[in-house]
Amino acid sequence: MFLTVTISLLEGFIGTIKLFLLTLVFSLPLGLFICFGSMSKTAVLKYPIRFIIWIVRGTPLMLQLLIIYYGPGIFLGVNLWGGGSNGRFMAALVAFVFNYACYFSEIYRGGIQSIPVGQYEAGKVLGMTKSQIFVKIILLQVIKRIVPPISNEVITLVKDTSLARVIAVYEIIWNGQAFIKSSGIIWPLFYTGAFYLLFSGLLTLLFGYIEKKLGYFK
Amino acid sequence: MPILEVKNLKKKFDKNQILKGISFDLEEGQAISIIGSSGSGKTTLLRCLNFLETADEGTITVRGEQLFDGKNPVTDPDLLRKMRLHFGLVFQQFNLFPQYTALENVTLAPLINAEANEKAGIIENAKDLLDQMGLSDRMDNYPHQLSGGQQQRVAIARALALKPDILCFDEPTSALDPELTGEVLRVIRNLAEKNTTMIIVTHEMAFARDVADKAIFMDDGAILEMGPADELINNPKEERTRQFLSGVIK
Repeated sequence: MFLTVTISLLEGFIGTIKLFLLTLVFSLPLGLFICFGSMSKTAVLKYPIRFIIWIVRGTPLMLQLLIIYYGPGIFLGVNLWGGGSNGRFMAALVAFVFNYACYFSEIYRGGIQSIPVGQYEAGKVLGMTKSQIFVKIILLQVIKRIVPPISNEVITLVKDTSLARVIAVYEIIWNGQAFIKSSGIIWPLFYTGAFYLLFSGLLTLLFGYIEKKLGYFK
Repeated sequence: MPILEVKNLKKKFDKNQILKGISFDLEEGQAISIIGSSGSGKTTLLRCLNFLETADEGTITVRGEQLFDGKNPVTDPDLLRKMRLHFGLVFQQFNLFPQYTALENVTLAPLINAEANEKAGIIENAKDLLDQMGLSDRMDNYPHQLSGGQQQRVAIARALALKPDILCFDEPTSALDPELTGEVLRVIRNLAEKNTTMIIVTHEMAFARDVADKAIFMDDGAILEMGPADELINNPKEERTRQFLSGVIK
């Protein structure tokens, strides 16, 4: 039984990791665009984006999942996501990407704004362009500063993926819970915790390594 | 022809008139020191010369070429960059790039637009400059591994690497312990002896007198007195200059 459960949970965990990785792949860069938008000098860009960030950070992710999945059908009458598990996965991915991009954007903003203005000015008087200053001087300093809050957010994401089950996306909790019905046992659900722990443990090590790598400067 | 001519430079922040029409010129190979109390507009003047601030009025002319006219200020980023390269600026707070070694700090900007065959020369030149700054054994250190005085000397080498026409210093020793001030002043003195064209904003009066050919005393956004450095600092004509100088330890 233990082996059967482990294999089933591993299968579910593949769904979890898929959602986790794809969310990061899209939300980390999207967050940067949202960040630039929220720092823009153009009011028509800045304020709508800050409004969206407020909405996304101010409402539960579970609610956002439900609205993104059911909303198009209910309010617009379009079947945006199609049927089946792929459609549900897509809807969940969109909700996660959007939600995390907004959080990342605020972390980026904090990081960028914490760089002393003297760094920009030093680049300017050396005749560097705006983009050269950002890429060659500012970026790495920002990355160093945001690694700890990003790692926090990423570890939260590992566990947040379990919320996807509200729209029946197959992930590890879903598979663990299935044993209650099929075999009348609850321990597989508790056992899922070990997978999360192991995975976030690995991530902690990874981020610790990155922090150490960036420790060569202050 | 002077290398730098500044005419009637004015700058206002909100309602505060920080510069009230600054005019002076500087001959090639000479150093000018600017003294005056905090808030008199010295730093703003340097920032306008380096186009970190845009003056509201006045002109800035380098080698006979008018770079700036307050009536029609340049806003094109590429032109602005080229204008800035006439000037170098050494900041009070050094502003070294923390993720680069001393040598990389010096080579970063020159290497950006260099052709492949120029790179070796740029690195050699940077090493040479750091050597002149007395930092030949510190080239591979990161800024946080250096003392303030060493950091400031790297910053001077970094500014020199772009061969500016005029090198500006904004209170280069104000963030340093008295112990470390000497080593930075020595380096600037050496530059003066090699006839580097410089504008030095400083609170070190003896240094301002000895190193510079000309001195300017600024008060409340205007030049109150200008003349040969030793004369201005030893025997100021204006009462306000005397009052200022007697307040600072020579």
